[in-house]
Amino acid sequence: MDATTQPDTEDDIAQYAIRLGDDALIHGQRLCEWSSQAPTLEEDLALSNVALDLLGRARLLYTYAGEHLNCSEDALAFSRDEPHFQNVLMVELPRGDFAFTMLRQLFIDLFEIRFFNALTYSQDKQLAAIAAKTLKEVEYHVRRSREWLPRLALGTPESKRRLQAAADELWGYINELFEVDALERRLIEQSIAPDRQNFYDDWLAEIQHLAIQCQLELPDSPWQVAGGRAGRHTEHFGHLLSELQFLQRAHPGAQW
Amino acid sequence: MSETPQPALTPLFEVFVRSRRGLDHIHVGSLHAHDPEQALAYARDTYLRRGEGASIWVVESQHITASQESDAASFYDPMDDKPYRHATYYTVPEDIDTL
Repeated sequence: MDATTQPDTEDDIAQYAIRLGDDALIHGQRLCEWSSQAPTLEEDLALSNVALDLLGRARLLYTYAGEHLNCSEDALAFSRDEPHFQNVLMVELPRGDFAFTMLRQLFIDLFEIRFFNALTYSQDKQLAAIAAKTLKEVEYHVRRSREWLPRLALGTPESKRRLQAAADELWGYINELFEVDALERRLIEQSIAPDRQNFYDDWLAEIQHLAIQCQLELPDSPWQVAGGRAGRHTEHFGHLLSELQFLQRAHPGAQW
Repeated sequence: MSETPQPALTPLFEVFVRSRRGLDHIHVGSLHAHDPEQALAYARDTYLRRGEGASIWVVESQHITASQESDAASFYDPMDDKPYRHATYYTVPEDIDTL
């Protein structure tokens, strides 16, 4: 690697850390909305626990990006507007009912267990270290969401109906999890980022296997969303940000 | 009495946590869960959020057989007048802290 390409790679890594951080922050924010609203007290604590794992992951990634961009983790979380967030659209969808929340969680967990495992081999030592810490958390998340699927699918006609409705709604958003843009392509070539497309077949096979066990019909969606990585968001995102960022917008620089 | 059907409760589980190797599992509380696997996961989220444990046991509460208050006289009182069974006269060595 010669000196002229070095800064570009560091910019790329910072942007990459930001988008991974955005996925975690926004998903975590959606899970936080269950706090005090979950079906049982035990599940309330469990969901909040996963949400806190995601917020913790976002902090590590934003802090790492901030070291290069010379800004704080808070600035990245609370002072950016919609077009600057690069999360996949699936995580910003309203929390929906419990079946929707858990199926989204399962889709993402099954992706992340593969993705973060591969990221531990990154040539970027800091990303590899964050991935190693994250992987332990995701192993727990996936255990939870995998166990919930048959409970909901084979539970009552109502839970089955809700789960099927969630599958129909979410299926159009899975493509983005495996989308590789120019930035990621550059990092893949330098063995810094794993290639998301490599995980698709294995991910789909596991989902199909679970769907057969649970008598869940996987939709054949003719539509697939795109745009989250480029900062084009759903109509729900502005509302989420206004709540997430309210305090820092109303009292800039406020601290505990 | 109201005839409103109550939602079916999931089974109650008792949770035991061993805080570190070498110690015993201690009862820390109870929780509701659909099955033992979920009870284990919930126990982790409910009682071990600050790194309190190294091992968890869960057992469905209905499987615990407990002594009754009414048995106290026959169960425990006869021990009171047999002081030679008590290890009262031993001094504990200073460096033993988990006896």
